[in-house]
Amino acid sequence: MNALKVALYILVYPGFLFQSGFSTFLEWLDRKVYARMQNRRGPMYTGWAGILQPIADIVKLLSKEDIVPAAADQRAFAFMPILSLAAVFTAGLYLPVWHLRSFNSFEGDLIVVLYLLTIPSFALFLAGWFSVSPYSLLGATRVLTQLFAYEVPFFMAVLTPAVLAGSWQISKIAIFPWTVAGHWWVIPIELIAFVVAILALQAKLERVPFDIPEAETEVVGGPLTEYSGKKLAIFRLQKDILMYVGAALVACVFLGGFGALPQGGDQASIGVLGLVFGGYLGGVAGLLLGVVGLLLKTTLVVFLLSTLRAACARIRIDQIVRFSWRYLAPWSVAQFLIVLLLKAKGAV
Amino acid sequence: MPETIHLPMGPQHPFLKEPAKFDFDIQGEEIVGARMQMGYNHRGIEKLCEDRNYYQCLFILERICGICSHSHTTAFVQATEKLLGLEVPKRGLYLRTLVCELERLHSHLLWLGVAAHEVGFDTLFMLVWRDREIVMEILEEISGNRVNYAINTIGGVRRDLTEEQRKKILAMLEPLLARTEYYAGIGTNEPSFVGRIRGVGRMSKERAIEKCAVGPFGRASGVDMDIRRDDPYGAYPDLEFKVITSDECDIYGRVLVRVFEIVESCKLVRQILENLPEGEIAVKKVMRRVPAGAAISRYEAPRGEDVHWVRGNGTEKPERVKVRAPTMANLEAATESVVGALVADIPIAIASIDPCFSCTDRTTVALNDRRRGRRLTTWAELRQHGIDWYRKNKGISF
Repeated sequence: MNALKVALYILVYPGFLFQSGFSTFLEWLDRKVYARMQNRRGPMYTGWAGILQPIADIVKLLSKEDIVPAAADQRAFAFMPILSLAAVFTAGLYLPVWHLRSFNSFEGDLIVVLYLLTIPSFALFLAGWFSVSPYSLLGATRVLTQLFAYEVPFFMAVLTPAVLAGSWQISKIAIFPWTVAGHWWVIPIELIAFVVAILALQAKLERVPFDIPEAETEVVGGPLTEYSGKKLAIFRLQKDILMYVGAALVACVFLGGFGALPQGGDQASIGVLGLVFGGYLGGVAGLLLGVVGLLLKTTLVVFLLSTLRAACARIRIDQIVRFSWRYLAPWSVAQFLIVLLLKAKGAV
Repeated sequence: MPETIHLPMGPQHPFLKEPAKFDFDIQGEEIVGARMQMGYNHRGIEKLCEDRNYYQCLFILERICGICSHSHTTAFVQATEKLLGLEVPKRGLYLRTLVCELERLHSHLLWLGVAAHEVGFDTLFMLVWRDREIVMEILEEISGNRVNYAINTIGGVRRDLTEEQRKKILAMLEPLLARTEYYAGIGTNEPSFVGRIRGVGRMSKERAIEKCAVGPFGRASGVDMDIRRDDPYGAYPDLEFKVITSDECDIYGRVLVRVFEIVESCKLVRQILENLPEGEIAVKKVMRRVPAGAAISRYEAPRGEDVHWVRGNGTEKPERVKVRAPTMANLEAATESVVGALVADIPIAIASIDPCFSCTDRTTVALNDRRRGRRLTTWAELRQHGIDWYRKNKGISF
């Protein structure tokens, strides 16, 4: 029975099926919002308002010819997409989208998720490296350079709510604002860290203005230049899921996860159902609303990412390194100090 | 000292809208050497013109470029009119100039969109191209066509403008001017965009003059040269306009020059429409045979000075037509301006001259004839070889 449950968790919810489905929905949303901001209509024909377009794209890619360059390292070339997809899937399993204690939740899972979210960047670097094409090599080195720029500010930003909540467990950080009555104001306090995290996440996802590694007009497809067919489809899916996991992580640690309304009481006694809309609804309805709440917050984060994408030009690799070390890193340190000060005063 | 890598870009590359080959030597991300190679787009238009009469040439020359199509026909008819000694009626000149300025407008708007796309600013690209449609609609209203207007003819223009059309176009100009001013603001102020273009692709004034840079590219390096003012043609002697120059000497300067030229062009179009003289639009009777002699015509195309040289020999067909498209003058300088920049700057630096490779492309082919051991094959030999080849391989007899 237990094994079946775990299998369901991994394969259906919050695992493979849910992550694939919801992340393609997020990609559709991103494309639609981006298109509307450019006075275009975006995907239109597959499903309602083109909602199935991302899935159609992936299916189409899966059916395409798969070409491996003769000079490339065959095995490593094929392994990299799978490695990065596995990493983001695993990271997604730790997100508390279902249960206060997600089935494999433990003290310190935040670190594990952050670590797993770094793997795709390395996989992308190695993918470019093993492709042996000048564009791939350029893209690969850019991936790595960019990694050094955004990773530290991202970690620092995510550290802030963890210190505030006094826990390394994502679900505990998520419910922290809702456990004590009137405690929701910790969310606005983390605003600077939230902004840093959004910018760093955009860089992690390699989207405008930080799409330097795969800048189409400069390095064609960056590390993915030589990829085609199934392998490219897997990378595409991985990118979608990375966006979902990243956005959901930010929603969990900064926006209070599945909680919605401020309410008091001890988290352990409240449990999942009570926690959500607690005394107001309870039961399955409360649970569902909690899930919807988290997904809405994730969608909000993706909406912010899309807006950022529409509003900027792509910056250069030297500019992103300078930007993140001159602004993002000091901002996150300042935020960290603010939180420490509050903690020392006993305000939190 | 890092290793030097050879990075080929082209003939097929996402940043190129037309095929051309660029070879860069890079150390890390820095470019230490740049070369370019053309010849993927040669169509032999100059040669085609020699086989056609002057009116047919107009339609061929219109197709040199998909964007500055009017520039090439105007330059050609001006040269032909010089040979024929024609005096074009005032209204004809005004209408011709009107299309010139509208063409400059849509070409610069197109360029702004492309430049934004090259640095990943797709929102500006989409919005600018949306509003470029207004210009295209105006052009369609005037000429009936969106790209190859076919409005020029020797001795004037082919279509007149009615009073309603004139009013309608004036009304369409209002939102266009407002929006172009808004885009001018974005193109010169948006931090991430300006951060990408300021100080990149530098070309000093001295070097620009040495390399014969023309048009907005030259003007952005402080070369104060504009054929419309320096060697006026069409209705320009009667019109008032500013020549925009900039001392920035980089891509930012080129954006500045172009966006303010857009605004200036909007005003010029309005000025032309408001002062449109009455009268004929073309010379009624034009000789089919053009007297012997040669004439040169200079024209300020959106991309810079366009030069056409025409030699007539007393027949209906020109003996020689020579086209010097503005990209020809700018391409070398642009390739040079990339050296010292980063790989990320290549697309925008090359695009900053608004290149049009198909306008420029000329080929010189030196065939290596293995059988005869000679470097060159004569035309007769090549023709004979073709006939033999088809007879042998395809069974076609000529």
